[in-house]
Amino acid sequence: MTEQYLPVLVTFAFSAAVVGLMVSLGRLLGPRHDSTEKGEAFECGNPASGSAWGRFSVKFYLTAILFIVFDVEVVFMYPWAVLFRRLGWFGFGEMTVFVAMLGVALLYVWRKGALEWD
Amino acid sequence: MLIDLLIAAIKALIVIGMVLPLAGILGWVERKGSALIQDRIGANRASIFGFAGAGLVNTLMADPLKFLTKEDVIPAGVDRLLHTLAPCIGLFPAIVAFAAVPFGDVLEVGGRVINLQAIGLNVGILYVLAMMSLGVYGVVLAGWASNNRFSLLGGIRGSAQMISYELGMGLAIVATVMTYGTLDLQAMVRAQGHLIGGWIPAWGIVYQPVAFLLFLIAGIAESKRVPFDLPEGESELVAGFFTEYSGIKYLMFFMTDFVDVAVVAALVTTLYFGGWQIPYLMRDGVHFPWGTVVALPQIVVVLLQLAAFMIKVLFFCWLQVLIRWSLPRYRYDQVMRLGWRGLLPVALLNVMATAVLVLALQG
Repeated sequence: MTEQYLPVLVTFAFSAAVVGLMVSLGRLLGPRHDSTEKGEAFECGNPASGSAWGRFSVKFYLTAILFIVFDVEVVFMYPWAVLFRRLGWFGFGEMTVFVAMLGVALLYVWRKGALEWD
Repeated sequence: MLIDLLIAAIKALIVIGMVLPLAGILGWVERKGSALIQDRIGANRASIFGFAGAGLVNTLMADPLKFLTKEDVIPAGVDRLLHTLAPCIGLFPAIVAFAAVPFGDVLEVGGRVINLQAIGLNVGILYVLAMMSLGVYGVVLAGWASNNRFSLLGGIRGSAQMISYELGMGLAIVATVMTYGTLDLQAMVRAQGHLIGGWIPAWGIVYQPVAFLLFLIAGIAESKRVPFDLPEGESELVAGFFTEYSGIKYLMFFMTDFVDVAVVAALVTTLYFGGWQIPYLMRDGVHFPWGTVVALPQIVVVLLQLAAFMIKVLFFCWLQVLIRWSLPRYRYDQVMRLGWRGLLPVALLNVMATAVLVLALQG
């Protein structure tokens, strides 16, 4: 069972080597001339307006939370999708209840305006 | 054991050797395609030591060489470790996701049956989804580590967009998995070798046209290309999440882009267009529906399958280039509306409709 994961390790090793080689070759072959102007954050030629590590819109957090909620429910559907022929109408009934709850949740966040971007 | 390791290594090298040049070729096709569509002369051939005769080959060599020999500027205020790590985290999952796609049936050499798929997992599609969703870390870390307002905006826009479209994509795949009854990509392609009524190839598009459209839209949004290129948004965010990148790291973000295009094209081919299947071509030759059988040696069949896979993948890559140069960019609220209020409900309904249809036909 586990030997089918051996190719995964091999592919990971090769891909990591390719990616690592690219970064290190770029560092070796490229010239380096550091200066204060070059070290500034690029803001279209204006003097940099300070660090960007501050607050940003809370909407993005909300999207991430909603994603987690719905994605976990999508993951629940995969085992059923593989076996639903064998589970038949009983399994379908169970899944209908589940999807109905998902639909109500989607409707709720929709009506609450959580999916609005102004 | 050792021979298994060797075969795995060769297959991995073949796939990586296939996808990296493909990304380079796509970079050229994109520039050439834009010139074609905009009716102008474009993408001049590179001349290496005065020799420009080899066209595409020259460009393929010149592009990485040029990027390698440019300065890799790391601005003063950045998080240096994450700044270097971000393009790696972006490119790595895209390459390893491509490795799970089967590019042929089986090859028998000396009594050993080799599955023509670098990573043949029984949960193949889950593995691909897992790897594709890792790509979001490359975007968000690049945006965050750069310590630049444009980069940060691009990075968080990109992450919100990518996770939103993952829902639609996941549900489109759920419906597709239901028609095949397996998560194994190679088994899915084999299932598409059957014929409906003896004539029509049983490709996924026949059973799941809605899932195909959903998957294509979500796939383009996942690869952050026009009309979903807001994380990059060059008219408002300079270059979005990779504003502060130069040299080879900039090239790596570009390659991630094109490898993503190749992954989406390969998955569309595998799930909905028969993968390496050619209609009527079986393992021992061509079986026409009217009964004629043309026997072919095994190596010819394998090469034909490989060619069919490549042609289908290139076609869907070209389709994405065509879309990229034909459509304007969405506004951000439109992107989110399409993902959450369009793709998600439609994909849910598609899953339920598939279940009802399959169970009713099964009786």
